[in-house]
Amino acid sequence: MITTTPEPLEAAAASPTARSLRRFRANKTGLLALGMVCVLAVIAVTFFVLDTLGIPWPMDPDTTNLERKLLPPNPVNWLGTDNLGRDVFSRLLNGAYISLTVGFVAVSVSLSIGVTVGAVAGYFGKWVDNLIMRIVDAVMCFPTFFLILTAVALVGPSIFNIIIVIGLVSWTGTARLVRAEFLTLRESAYVQAARALGQRGPKIIFRHMLPNAAAPILVTAVLGVPEAILAEAGLSFLGFGVQPPQATWGNIIADGKTYILDAWWLILFPGLAILIAALSFYLTGDALRQAVETRSERQ
Amino acid sequence: MTVFIIRRLLASIVLLFFISLISFFIITLTPGSPYPWGELNPKVSEDVKRIFREKFHLDKPLHKQYGFIMRDLLTGELRSIKDERPVLAKIAERLPATLALNLGALALSLSFGLLLGVYGARYAGRSPDVITSILAFVFIALPGFWVSYLLAIGLVNYGAVPILGTHTIGVTFSNGLEVFLDRWWHVMLPASILAIGGVAVQSRFIRASMIETLREDYIRTARAKGLDENAVFYRHALRNSIRPLITGIGMLLPALIGGAVIIENIFAYPGMGRLGYEAVLERDYPTLVALNFVTAALVLLGNLLADVLYAVVDPRVRLE
Repeated sequence: MITTTPEPLEAAAASPTARSLRRFRANKTGLLALGMVCVLAVIAVTFFVLDTLGIPWPMDPDTTNLERKLLPPNPVNWLGTDNLGRDVFSRLLNGAYISLTVGFVAVSVSLSIGVTVGAVAGYFGKWVDNLIMRIVDAVMCFPTFFLILTAVALVGPSIFNIIIVIGLVSWTGTARLVRAEFLTLRESAYVQAARALGQRGPKIIFRHMLPNAAAPILVTAVLGVPEAILAEAGLSFLGFGVQPPQATWGNIIADGKTYILDAWWLILFPGLAILIAALSFYLTGDALRQAVETRSERQ
Repeated sequence: MTVFIIRRLLASIVLLFFISLISFFIITLTPGSPYPWGELNPKVSEDVKRIFREKFHLDKPLHKQYGFIMRDLLTGELRSIKDERPVLAKIAERLPATLALNLGALALSLSFGLLLGVYGARYAGRSPDVITSILAFVFIALPGFWVSYLLAIGLVNYGAVPILGTHTIGVTFSNGLEVFLDRWWHVMLPASILAIGGVAVQSRFIRASMIETLREDYIRTARAKGLDENAVFYRHALRNSIRPLITGIGMLLPALIGGAVIIENIFAYPGMGRLGYEAVLERDYPTLVALNFVTAALVLLGNLLADVLYAVVDPRVRLE
């Protein structure tokens, strides 16, 4: 977790990006986690394509077979079957893209809102900043998951709505971060120079300031993905996720909980999938944070 | 000190106003019918709908609706669409159970988070730190509902820990102490599961703050005068981790109360989270407005207490 590898001497001359990359490459946990994220992404894309093309591999995730219901893991159904005889392994692979899509797209939504709001607050300061930050403070008081659940239940559960709601609720952290970065950047010489040259607010924000705040924004983005994945799983579990027959990791557990004492495989494997996915993103994000943090050079 | 507290109080009132606006708008601006029946249900006549709309002020423009809802809420007149009972009374009867669960989880998060974080910081960069760090991320990544079911299987089969409700049904206890202990015995399991994520977040927070503190000048002074590392660490540096401990209260509360929605459902625990889930299922929007408002206000109160506590503990804060 902590890169204890001493900086090579020639690294001091390299660009900050090159140094960050070097630090990231030295972090074995981070690399492993990033690899896992890539594997998950490949699985998600592959099985989304296979499903759209109608190729049932290893089995069709939605085909029921009541003669083979609630079978424990066996050579045909590697991870067992559920109460309708559907193959759990196929359903898990098929649910991957729901989790990852929700994770990535919801983060994009929250990032766009958070960056814009934070940039405006940090750049303009004064009463604009004051008003915006009070709203941010107010949003942060709400119990996040309950807020998401309320909104999703009211607009109706669909993958689109879930993504929008999670995005709309979870932008506050990013906004705070971007604002703090901007408050410091605003006073820096090159921003003062740009302003002296008569450049306008939006151009200064997007051209000059935002690229310099990119590193911490990237870190919050990566750390936001597992939050969204876990929120979606929770919604699915309560029945407000993506609706059946589409398999999601959360709703396999929700359906399986009735058979909890007879069919442990319906609970264990989808939960492990959620855990592995969330953990991979968290560890990747943490490794990134260490790699871009300039302060860690002093450690 | 008094000025500080008064300033905080005023700021909280402003926040409370924004909170009320947000909780009102979530309910009213989302598309979908606020009626407990379907909008197109042919069995419900126009008259019934009109009476219903008038009763809950749904025929008024938005700003007036907001005024009515907030007035009713604050005077305790706001009634549930489902059973027409005052919403505040419905929330009040769930409050003790909710407080027990969330404060229990908060206490567990703070104490175990402190232990784990201090341990990590003591061995910063070495293998105990790496292991606790990975463990913390596993804790954050664990879906609470999954852990609940796995634990429930194990405990039903091999243990005697209660997994349902708030008290043992069908047993009359002879004295208050036994009733009290029985209740805590029931809160233990849901509170522990709820606290898993909090422990992890808090431990990362404490660890970072400890490492930061260890770079301070007075730590160098302590080392320079020849104190051994344990004395420096546990006597001089540890004292400062009371700050992240207090900040943790405000930081963890929203996640705990939100997470309690799922946990309370699984363990049939009659708290506000379960009330919220029931209100969501029934589209009982006065209850939803009130619940969102009250929980956010509770978090605000937690933050306020933390701020005041902060000022009491740390003299540097008061100067700001």
